[in-house]
Amino acid sequence: MTIDWAHFTPFSALAGGALIGLAAALLVLGLGRVMGAAGIVGGALEIRDAEAPWRWSVIAGLVVSPLVARALWGAGAPVFSAHWLTLIVAGLLVGFGARLGSGCTSGHGVCGLARLSPRSFIATGVFMTTAVATVFVARHVVG
Amino acid sequence: MKRSIFALVVGLIFGLGLCLSGMVQPAKVTGFLDLAGSWDPSLAFVMAGAIAVALPAFLIARRRKAAWIGGAIELPTKRAIDAPLVVGSAIFGAGWGLAGVCPAPSVVDLGFASPGAAAFVASMAAGMLIHRAAAGRRLPGLRLLAQDA
Repeated sequence: MTIDWAHFTPFSALAGGALIGLAAALLVLGLGRVMGAAGIVGGALEIRDAEAPWRWSVIAGLVVSPLVARALWGAGAPVFSAHWLTLIVAGLLVGFGARLGSGCTSGHGVCGLARLSPRSFIATGVFMTTAVATVFVARHVVG
Repeated sequence: MKRSIFALVVGLIFGLGLCLSGMVQPAKVTGFLDLAGSWDPSLAFVMAGAIAVALPAFLIARRRKAAWIGGAIELPTKRAIDAPLVVGSAIFGAGWGLAGVCPAPSVVDLGFASPGAAAFVASMAAGMLIHRAAAGRRLPGLRLLAQDA
């Protein structure tokens, strides 16, 4: 393993992480809900559910955040270099898998670990492992 | 109304954190997941920063019953390490590694007017609806996995 020092950004990563943690803290203390993005998006699709409105509000906040980030520090637009077919397959796996596994990177990886939930420790270990394995196969075996 | 405004602010802070941390860049994510290549450890710092701030809040939340805006604090109660948890997480991780995109950053990337993000989010929503159909209608094969999700 070699460290990619050129792309390593510990300070913005830590500060961005702290903001994510702050959002999770506000949501659980303010509204009494866990900030899991897969649950929020999946739950928002249940349009008649009483829990749908606050979920759509979180989604709206996420969608407008790039405008604020651009104004504040000139945040750059993301580059999606993957083939569109890859994005479709990846999206299906992410959507189905996160709902089946009751959480994603934010639900299990941030909130679950912060709650010291054994289920989330297992989930995070499993999805980290298959993600690393997938990147390994895509970059070093097939690619 | 109060709940919606509060949730909007939460989403905004969450999104700003994702933008600042680099999670919204697929290449940043795959750079972290590529242990065998040139490894960028940044995302470990994102997790550490997020957990450091969220952990005390969840400790407080566990002792409180009511949320600030009203209503009960609802935390997950399930404790079983079961097949849906493990299989679902494995599938999720494969998709995450394939594109370097997970749910929250994909929604933020919609705000950057990224066509790639739009394709991903539409497909992710379809994946979620497929799961719901499998869980609700008890499709053979998926039934065992999806029944308690």
